[in-house]
Order: sequence, then C-alpha cells, then structure tokens
Amino acid sequence: MTVAYGRIEALHGISLTVEEGELVTLIGANGAGKTTTMRAISGVHPLARGSIIFDGQDVTRMKPHLRVHAGIIQAPEGRGVFAGMTVMENLEMGCFARTFKTKAEHDETVERVFTFFPRLAERRTQVGGTMSGGEQQMLAIGRALMARPRLLLLDEPSMGLAPMIIQQIFRIISEINKQGTTVLLVEQNAQQALSRSDRAYVLETGTVVRTGPGKTLLADPAIKDAYLGVA
Amino acid sequence: MSETRTTPPTGTPASSKVADRPHGGLGDTLRLWWDALARPTQWLVGSPFIVFIALLPVLNLPVLTTVGTNFGAVMAQFGMYALIAIGLNVVVGQAGLLDLGYVGFYAVGAYTVAILTSPSSPWNQTGDGGWLSRDWAWLAALPIAVAITAMSGLILGSPTLRLRGDYLAIVTLGFGEIVRLLADNLDEVTGGGRGLSQVAYPRIGISEENTNGVFSAGASSGTLNSGVWWYWLSIVLILITLVAVGNLERSRVGRSWVAIREDEDAAEIMGVPTFRFKLWAFVIGASIGGVSGALYAGQVQFVNPTNFNVINSVLFLCAVVLGGQGNKLGVILGAFLIVYLPNFFLGRTELLGIPINGTEIAEFRYLFFGIALMVLMVFRPQGLIPVRQKLLAYGREIYLAARRTARKDAA
Repeated sequence: MTVAYGRIEALHGISLTVEEGELVTLIGANGAGKTTTMRAISGVHPLARGSIIFDGQDVTRMKPHLRVHAGIIQAPEGRGVFAGMTVMENLEMGCFARTFKTKAEHDETVERVFTFFPRLAERRTQVGGTMSGGEQQMLAIGRALMARPRLLLLDEPSMGLAPMIIQQIFRIISEINKQGTTVLLVEQNAQQALSRSDRAYVLETGTVVRTGPGKTLLADPAIKDAYLGVA
Repeated sequence: MSETRTTPPTGTPASSKVADRPHGGLGDTLRLWWDALARPTQWLVGSPFIVFIALLPVLNLPVLTTVGTNFGAVMAQFGMYALIAIGLNVVVGQAGLLDLGYVGFYAVGAYTVAILTSPSSPWNQTGDGGWLSRDWAWLAALPIAVAITAMSGLILGSPTLRLRGDYLAIVTLGFGEIVRLLADNLDEVTGGGRGLSQVAYPRIGISEENTNGVFSAGASSGTLNSGVWWYWLSIVLILITLVAVGNLERSRVGRSWVAIREDEDAAEIMGVPTFRFKLWAFVIGASIGGVSGALYAGQVQFVNPTNFNVINSVLFLCAVVLGGQGNKLGVILGAFLIVYLPNFFLGRTELLGIPINGTEIAEFRYLFFGIALMVLMVFRPQGLIPVRQKLLAYGREIYLAARRTARKDAA
C-alpha cells in the first residue's frame, strides 16, 4: 500500500501481513512511516494506492467507524484518552460502535479489562486527564479492548513512559495476544517489542527494509546497530 | 502497587449523609441535591420556579423592572435569546464546533416566516389565493421555518464540517454574512434594505381593547401587553426544546458529541461517525435558531437585514460563553444578562442614590460586555454556571469513601 500526505508520499508501497493470533511488530526510526501505516489501517488516513484486506474482505475504501465495526480497533499514539471523562466513561466510549447485546456480556468485558489493568479498577471514577502517563496508556488499551478487537492496533504504547511501566505494559500486551487477540504493534522500543513478537517488519523512510521472526531480527547485527543502541 | 484500595462508592451521592459531606460551594450542594431528585420530583420542584420566572413581567418587581423600555418586551427578547443560546449551545457547548455565523440561521428562520406571510413579499400566502389563513399563518409558518433552517444547516454543514477549529469558525462567519447580504440584495423577494413589514402573528385573544389580539404589536399598553404574551409563548417553546435537547444529551448522540468535543481523532478511532454526528449537532442547532427567528419576525412584525448583523452572532456566542458552555441553565442565564443589562440601564438616571447616565451606559454595552468577558476568562473561564464539574464531584466521592473506610478501620 502507498500512503501520501497531499503530494508527499509517506509510504512507498509497503506490504504487511498479519495472520490471525499473531503479535506483529513494526519498528523503525522517527518519520519512517509507522504511525502513517497505523492511520491507514484504521482508516483515518486514506490510501493513495494499494489495498487493505481484512478477514478476506477489502476494506480499503471503508469508513473508519465501519472498520471499528469489523473489529479493527486502534489505541492511538499519544494515548488519546478523553481527558474530561472518567475512566468508566472512557471505557464506555470504547464500545460505542460495537455495543453489547446483553448487560452480562458488557460486565464480563469490563471485568476482563480490569483483570488486565487492576489499576483502572481502582481509578474508575477518576478523570482521564488527571492520571499518570502509564495509567492513561493502560486506559487507552483498555478502552480499545472494550470494543472486543479482532485486530488490535497499538501505536507506541511505551511512548514517554518509565522503564518499569514499559515492562508491565508489554507483559500485558503479550497476555492479551496469548488470549487470542491479533495484535499489530508499532514501537520504537525495539528490544522489548522484538523479544515478544512472532514476526516483525523494519520500516525505513517509507519502505520495508527487513522482515522476519522477532527473535531473529533481535539477533541481527544491523538491527542491533540501528535500533538497539548497542554497537 | 501496594496502596490501600479505596472501594469506589456504589450508592448515589444522596445516600451519603449530608453531615458526611466535606464543605463544598453552594452551587455544588445545589447540583448534588438536584441530581439526586427523581425526575417527577424535579418537575414538581422546578414548576413553581418556572411559573415565577414566567410571571416576572406581570409582578414587575421594582428592583428588576426596566425604566426606559417596557419590561414585558425586554423579557420577550430574552425568550428569543434564550432559545438561540440553547441552540448555539448544542453546536458550541456540546459538540465543540465554533460557529460564528449563527445569526444566519436566526435570519433564515425570520425571513422564512416573513416571506410567507408579509403582504410586501411576492410569495405572500396570506392574501387572496394563498394557502395560509390570516389568523393562523404564523403558527403554520413556524414548522416550515424550522424545516428550512434545518435544511440550511445541512447545506452549510455538509461541506464545511470537514473543516476543523479556526477554519470552521471562518467559514461559518462567512455564512452569516452571506445570508445577510443575500437578504439585502435580493430586492424582489426580501424587499432589500426596506425589509418586509406586516409579518403575521397569532391572532388570538381578540377583544375590544386589542382588536388584533394579544400578540399584536399594537397591544403595547398595560401589564399584559403583547411582549408578555410573546414571552410566555417563548417559554413554552424553550421548555419543549430543553426536554428534547436534554434527552438527546443523555442519548448515544449526546455521548458522541462529548467525545468529539474532547478529542475528535480519538472519537473517530473509537468508531464514532464523527462527521454524521457533527452534522446532527449543526442541524439541530440551526433549527432551534430558526424557531427563535420565527418568534422574532412575528413579534416585531418586520424584518430587515440590519437586524442580522455579524455583531449579533458574537453577542449570541457571548451569551453562551458567559453563562457556561455546555450547561443549558447557564446559557439561559447568559442570554438573560446579555438582553437585560443594557435595558436595565436604559433611561435610568440614578442607581442606589448615585446619579448616572443610564442611556449612555446602555450605548456602551459592547464595551462593557467586552470587559466583562475578559474579566470572566481570567477568573472563571468555564462560565458563570459551568457544566458538571466531574473532577469536583467525583473527587469528593472518592474522598468520602476513603473517609468511611478509615472510620470503619478505627471502629
């Protein structure tokens, strides 16, 4: 797929595949096109050329809210938590497009989110904007989970967080994936992301330069040099 | 991760005893008390208050009355502005879309009624061969006016709501001016600068004294003049609008508006069809503006382009911001202040024993509103009656719950 901002092409024909149940990571430096890829998949930014196939269905021209209906849910970069709403209200917004059929199903999903993030349960009446960065990230992921994603798009969940919290967030992402949710993860924190993912793509200025299983890429000297900061 | 767990309270705020409550402001206490009431009780408590507000021009309290103009007429104008403020609040306060051309919708509403019912209009339907009866023309034109303004909201909204923030504000500002200039230049239809006169009004309550009924502009004397009747009519329309808008706010539509206002990108990613709901807000806001315009045309029985100046848009926005964006009660108060204050000073020669030139003060109203807005933005940016302060309300509940558990532990 090719994505352009106006006349500037940001992605030059990249191709990604995510199999069901996989945890796939997209790594790359600033401006490589990671976030653009995410925005294109969730439909916020239109494609210039190419197509997106989800579950055998062509969703290239589909409106963002219909993609949410189909099960493509994104937790946006910079968290994008509704600052004036409480934790509970934020979570409720998560299932705005995919409403629950029964109350029990709703409560079950809320419980599930609270099991992943006990901190959210403690803070359920706190206003989103007053929480710490880590808590907001948890809320953003929790909110995305409320829509019961079939493909969960996580855009830099470790951005601006303390190493301790990053560890914790990645552990939870792995857990979410193990329980059956397909995850596409965009990260700058290559060490953490690669060690936990099934496969990974390396983006460089709008093109995929390398791909393979996470562990293999982690051992690749070129990757080590460029993204892991060990010479 | 070993902090003491404060169980969030499950009961309503009302279930906790008042003595248990830490000190809050009067507004918060009132709000908590009001929120805890059941819906029928709210109506029961609210009705006498509404009746009192409605009877203000009849009671004509010496402290409140206006000397320079008829108090009833002032209240009638307040009614229209209150409707406008409620409508604009849907757009600005609820959905967070800055609309600087709201006067355009007001004008479309007023002109629709005028064009359909004024004898000086080429499309007059009240004369021979028209399909509007003379006595009920205004009431029949009201839904038409609402439909046409809603349509104009749709026409303006569909292309422009793809824009955001400042860009939207500029485009809507342009819309307001376009409507005014059209009214000024389409001489054959709108009468141009001369305007349209003898617009229809409800002809009811005809007596020997008021040969044209109580809504006629001629019925200007006494306590029960036409202003008071128009004021009462607007109160009825305001109540209907408030119930409708209140229900919308509590619905899915209202939730999506809040989400769009908070963070449009996040809302879209959460699966909110943002464009559709923004358009909804625009169309609903526009139709309420149209109702107000129809009221205006009927009461004044005359429309001309100068009444729909861009300065009015700013004044409407001023009412919303002053009262408290997002709070329906707040914006009504804002509308009251905007209309009432200049009229209060008009013709007054002394205040509390100090001699003043009230008329001059009234003429400088834009200056004073400007200063008032600046002062307000510094000290109370959320408006006089702000929208529910979640931080405060919930913060207190958490505080209460923590205190209860601490007390239990001590016991």
